[in-house]
Amino acid sequence: MKRTIPCIAVALGVAVAASGCSLSGGGDGGEATSTDGRPTRVVLVTHDSFALPAPLVAAWEKRTGYRLVVRRAGDAGALTNKLVLTKDRPIGDVAFGVDNAFASRALDAGVFEKTDVELPVGAEPFQLPGADGRIAPVDNANVCVNVDADWFSARKRRPPASFEDLTRPAYRNLFVTPGATTSSPGMAFFLATVARHGDGWKGYWTRLMANGTKVTSGWSDAYEVDFTAGGGGGTRPIVVSYDSSPAFTVSKDGTRSSTKALLDTCFRQVEYAGVLAGARNPRGGAAVVELLLSADAQAALPTSMYVFPVRSGVTLPKAWAAFAKQPPRPAALPPATITANREKWMREWTDVTSR
Amino acid sequence: MDGRDLALSARRAQGRRLATLAALAALPLAVLCVFFVLPVAGMLRRGVVVDGHVDLGAVWDVLARPRTRRVVWFTAWSAAAGTAASLVLGIAAAHALYRLRTPGRAALRAALTVPFVLPTVVVGIAFREVMGPAGPLAFLGLDGTPVAILLALVFFNASVVMRGVGSAWQSMDPRPAEAAAALGATPWRVLRTVTLPALGPAIASSATIVFLFCATAFGVVLTLGGLRYSTVETEIYLLTNNLLDLPAAAALSIVQLMMVTTLLAVAGRSRRRVDVARVPPRPRGVRRGDAPAVAATLVLAALVALPLVTLVRGALRVDGGYGLDNFRALQTAGPGDALAVTATDALATSLRTAVDATWMALLIGIPIAVAVTRTSRSAAERRLRGALDGAFMLPLGVSAVTLGFGFLVTLDRPPLDLRDSPLLVPVAQALVALPLVVRVLTPVLGGIDEHQRQAAASLGAGPLRVLATVDLPVVWRPLLVAAGFAMAVSLGEFGATSFLARDDRPTLPVVVYQLISRPGAVNHGMALAASVVLAAACAVVILAVERLRVPGMDAL
Repeated sequence: MKRTIPCIAVALGVAVAASGCSLSGGGDGGEATSTDGRPTRVVLVTHDSFALPAPLVAAWEKRTGYRLVVRRAGDAGALTNKLVLTKDRPIGDVAFGVDNAFASRALDAGVFEKTDVELPVGAEPFQLPGADGRIAPVDNANVCVNVDADWFSARKRRPPASFEDLTRPAYRNLFVTPGATTSSPGMAFFLATVARHGDGWKGYWTRLMANGTKVTSGWSDAYEVDFTAGGGGGTRPIVVSYDSSPAFTVSKDGTRSSTKALLDTCFRQVEYAGVLAGARNPRGGAAVVELLLSADAQAALPTSMYVFPVRSGVTLPKAWAAFAKQPPRPAALPPATITANREKWMREWTDVTSR
Repeated sequence: MDGRDLALSARRAQGRRLATLAALAALPLAVLCVFFVLPVAGMLRRGVVVDGHVDLGAVWDVLARPRTRRVVWFTAWSAAAGTAASLVLGIAAAHALYRLRTPGRAALRAALTVPFVLPTVVVGIAFREVMGPAGPLAFLGLDGTPVAILLALVFFNASVVMRGVGSAWQSMDPRPAEAAAALGATPWRVLRTVTLPALGPAIASSATIVFLFCATAFGVVLTLGGLRYSTVETEIYLLTNNLLDLPAAAALSIVQLMMVTTLLAVAGRSRRRVDVARVPPRPRGVRRGDAPAVAATLVLAALVALPLVTLVRGALRVDGGYGLDNFRALQTAGPGDALAVTATDALATSLRTAVDATWMALLIGIPIAVAVTRTSRSAAERRLRGALDGAFMLPLGVSAVTLGFGFLVTLDRPPLDLRDSPLLVPVAQALVALPLVVRVLTPVLGGIDEHQRQAAASLGAGPLRVLATVDLPVVWRPLLVAAGFAMAVSLGEFGATSFLARDDRPTLPVVVYQLISRPGAVNHGMALAASVVLAAACAVVILAVERLRVPGMDAL
């Protein structure tokens, strides 16, 4: 009798599997190599926010004969660490989304291979020092403090303008930021304060916390729940977000935006793409980098990934052109400094903010 | 027959039993080794082995930090408190919705299970909208406190207790309780002295699972605790994901494994069997004595309803008014065609994946449940079966981050080059669902009197007939509960799925996550609408599964 139970279990499993509602029969579709033996499948490893319009990718596949497989690997940090851990057997051919806060860890580990992809006009200033042709800048965005301008004008109060203002009593309990340890914009804002205050950042953050700053885990709940202009009916009119955010709070007639970014509080985030060392299809990988830098893909960046292109002469969406002002001189830190100090900073930041 | 023959035949019987055990356990153990032991060991090795030498120095350093002690302590007490609260409300709901003929109980049971599938990031935001500055419960001042975390843990887990205990309660023999009542015991006394002890194994089972869920809860702790509270799980995430400090992450993973193993050992001791009735009793009408249970159920319903209502309201909000625009937008690829697939396609993928994960979880879970509930003839055999039981609970207690990174670094070369396999997602989900399946089946399966099987066999029933007439009538309902659970787990699973899902076929929770991290009211509205659809899909699946009838058993 006992023998029959596993048989029944197996039969049950097989019956359900055979019922057809299953993924496993699907397969990958398409050949992995073309007739001349060249691999056609190219695997792009990227972060969760990656997106490009499907028709654009389809046109590229048709033109080049490659088939693009996109694999997401978490946020920028998770992506970088996965690339580092799997560098002997890379999980794809090309990676996009490693940013300037994480890039030197990947470069130090030898994740990327040198390629000869030509940079478009305008991309040069975004190059990572020491990248040596291994990674190419694809997009940029600035993390800035945003204010609900309508909230302040309705109360006839002046909105803050600088880092220092955020610690003044006039702005007590009005500021919310995502945490540096759990959120990429939160990290960028933290780095901006380090770039500004150097080793004095601990003193600054102590004053910031003493002034009633709220720390959330992610950008979504800072902006959507706590921020007054985020739609969740929050009570804090000052939030850490992006320089492009004002383009999403535009009035119905399109003439004005109710929020604005404080351009003296910005930190520049640049995202890079590069061919992975040991890739099965390095030529395909380079073709994907070219795709990301192409005029069409660069023009799609604002609407697909909410970032600015690095290429000059790309037309921005109307709301962006009008309301997404980029800071003339955003803060920056050398990537090697970030990598060397990240762990210490994060531990100290956690101590200061969870006191 | 002389003594030697007897000993020989006893040894043969023992050998046969162990062979059966091995046969039953072979496939599940192989799956466990490849998809759990190997990846976790791979990550631990990278943390502990430095330049080819085992170096425990870094591990000790981490364990000695005061922060680590604080984190472990908070994890332990928040999980214990979350489990206790889930038990109280869950058991009350099990009584009210499985044993009593309360109006609308099937719908309510399905509704209470909905939180189980909701993406934590969305629930976190919904909770904050309820308790935050502008929410209906703002006056309680709970935003960012440990109480908020506890409420969320109960929100997610009370239904696990309700379903686990409920299904055992449903098939429990009511006569002892009736006898006690007839002899003059008060309802409270009957509950304390007859019913709860009889339900002990089912309660211990559910409590173990809920504790593991609470101890490894991740998203809600981060979102609701405002980063002030860290658990072992959130620390491992930070150390692995952000800092790539593998020795420290390995140290905490080891702590986590030890906590879980201790817990499982303790829970294993308390596990006995439920006496099941051959023909389960019909639910009875509501009496005055049921008031506390009904009241507690209503409290639970309110706790579940508040964030859900906020969610639905948010999904319907359009430009200052209300409408269905967000739901209509789910058939598109979102603003700027930014999604790889439409949300409706993602839902189809979710449902297909759920079917796969469910049959896998049952395929692995049923043999385990059978193997661990067969009668043991020796202490060693009993320990062996107990260890087998515990081994399949481990995946619940280990960080999804560790497991996810482990997949990438270990399943990367033939014959186990599985990183590309489309089966990886359902297998990972099945592993998460597996403990639930086993926990639901074992109390009932173990409660079947072996003599009934023997009696049936001696009356000439074949093995299949025995199974169909003795085991199935009692087990089929818990089996459906288990299948429903597995589907719900799969529908809502995000941690493992997010980095395994291939981009051309993301599941609905992955799409929700993408939408919610983008700016703009439309993306936010679509994320909430997609969550509502996910919740509705879960409720429908669970209602449908519960309504499945095995031919000839409608009498139940």
